[in-house]
Amino acid sequence: MAVAADPPILALRGVSKRFGAVRALTRVDLDLQAGEVVALVGDNGAGKSTLIKSVAGIHPFDEGEVRFDGEPVRITHPKDAADLGIEVVYQDLALADNLDVVQNMYLGRERHKALGVLDEESMERSARETMTALAVTTLGSVRQVVAGLSGGQRQSVAVAKAVMWNSRVVILDEPTAALGVAQTHQVLQLVRRLGDRGLAVLLVSHNLHDVFEVADRIAVLRLGQKVADLRADATSQQEVVEAITAGELADAAGTEVDAS
Amino acid sequence: MSAATGSDRTQPVTESRARRLRFLTDSTALIFLVLLALVAVFALVRPDAFASVNNVRNIFIGAATLLVIAVGMTFVIVSAGIDLSVGSVLVFSSVISIKVMTALGNQGWPVAIAGVAAGMAAGLAWGLLNGVLIAKARIPALIVTLGTLGAALGLAQIITGGVNLRGVPVELTEALGFGRVAGIPWLVVVAAVVTAIGIVVLRFTRFGRYTYAVGSNPEAARRAGVKVERHLIKVYALTGMLSGLAGVMSLARFSSTNIGGHLTDNLQAIAAVVIGGTSLFGGIGTVFGTVVGVFIPSVLQNGFVILRVQPFWQEVAVGVVLIAAVYIDQIKRRARERL
Ligand SMILES: Nc1ncnc2c1ncn2[C@@H]1O[C@H](COP(=O)(O)OP(=O)(O)OP(=O)(O)O)[C@@H](O)[C@H]1O
Ligand SMILES: [Mg+2]
Repeated sequence: MAVAADPPILALRGVSKRFGAVRALTRVDLDLQAGEVVALVGDNGAGKSTLIKSVAGIHPFDEGEVRFDGEPVRITHPKDAADLGIEVVYQDLALADNLDVVQNMYLGRERHKALGVLDEESMERSARETMTALAVTTLGSVRQVVAGLSGGQRQSVAVAKAVMWNSRVVILDEPTAALGVAQTHQVLQLVRRLGDRGLAVLLVSHNLHDVFEVADRIAVLRLGQKVADLRADATSQQEVVEAITAGELADAAGTEVDAS
Repeated sequence: MSAATGSDRTQPVTESRARRLRFLTDSTALIFLVLLALVAVFALVRPDAFASVNNVRNIFIGAATLLVIAVGMTFVIVSAGIDLSVGSVLVFSSVISIKVMTALGNQGWPVAIAGVAAGMAAGLAWGLLNGVLIAKARIPALIVTLGTLGAALGLAQIITGGVNLRGVPVELTEALGFGRVAGIPWLVVVAAVVTAIGIVVLRFTRFGRYTYAVGSNPEAARRAGVKVERHLIKVYALTGMLSGLAGVMSLARFSSTNIGGHLTDNLQAIAAVVIGGTSLFGGIGTVFGTVVGVFIPSVLQNGFVILRVQPFWQEVAVGVVLIAAVYIDQIKRRARERL
């Protein structure tokens, strides 16, 4: 079968995930194209985090297919995702507070000189280059300890860490949830730049204002099903809200088990 | 990319280099000044007795075994753990070492070397056991090492029948025990080499970086691909092996096991590490600080003896310094959390 000229980097086809009696995801399709920022929205318990974690290899999907560059792949372990170039920035960020920015960005992938001695200067230079390329200007020194950074700065470090490794897909779980207005704006700009650099970006957010500020496309989950997939410039907040709260479910039988 | 590298050349130094220069930071610098002040006071008051070559040598010999243990303890505490078993493991290792040397005939270098290897291997085995129980079985380090503290000492006494064993090959006592290179006792050379390696490994290698990361945020380390459990096992194994080495050093120095003489080694090592600015919460600390933390008690003790101050004051003073060190750490943490 002939595939379209430019297959999505990541494509989910009919993926499902159950936790016991709870159907967290039911036959979801989702495409992530290079250079595109896709927002994933939905009410609490809609299945957003479940979808992210399955893509990241934390708990694999039960059914359905995951394709990367058009090829079917199995992601059963976080390392599988990392090897493909899928990076996830979790809401809790998981930075080591006592390490500085460079040390955090290179944690687990340090560069060496002879005799196993760390090449601090080369790591610092590249970390700075990444920050410059992403136009992260609010940081100041890359040698400050992460504990002293603001929420927005920490978010920037986590994002920069995720995109340093020739990653192709970056997934962000509520990156602006804990941020004030100015910092939210900075982080959203950063997210936008990831898309402009040709990465496929999946942004989970509850904040529709944020979503409309950066997303090219908006996918709506409701009770584990995708109920809408809209171009951001061809829809409205109202339409998205309707999909979130009352989007039509494909298969009523599948949703009897409501997580209440 | 290459253009960026080119423009970078105009930058004089990276911050890494600058950072390396101010290695004496905050609390470590303070405690180092305290040590210098102590040395200065004792040396000024009694230059003849305190600052003599012999006395300085004695201070270093007295501190050598504790320093070796404390280097290992630094790694453990930076990884946010604790090891109470070091003194017992030291004793157990020295017992195994002397048993092996006795079985081989108590003389000659090959026998001595076999004894050293056996002692270190015994320590390594206890360290591995500690590490596996802590990292894999997820039993708190305090409990695991409290258990192995009792078990190692008990087994040492079962093996020896509770009496100290003699019979260290003269080669070992004369070289490692009393020997010197360029006037420096071998015991001190060994401790210095261990310390130097410890400084380099903790500060400049991936192993050290992972130790800080695991102690700072194990979940972050795990997500970054660090094998956290395996790393913790290595850290405890290292400390066990160094305790074994300290056991051999103690054997060489006293030509005998010293079963009852290491009951507080664990607390002394922990005190030294903490006085040296390492945080009991993990993620912060240096081997250099630990060196200072080892020498403050031993200089105090030595100085008080020379000044004929009741030596019990040493313990009081060390207690005060210890509490002050932890208090400073707390203040720093609180200040940081307010940011
Ligand atoms: N590990 C788990 N075990 C059992 N049930 C789970 C598990 N993880 C998620 N669920 C359930 O799956 C459903 C989807 O949860 P998920 O966390 O994906 O929602 P979400 O869209 O991320 O919600 P929120 O906006 O609150 O973060 C919920 O009913 C939740 O209770
Ligand atoms: Mg969620």
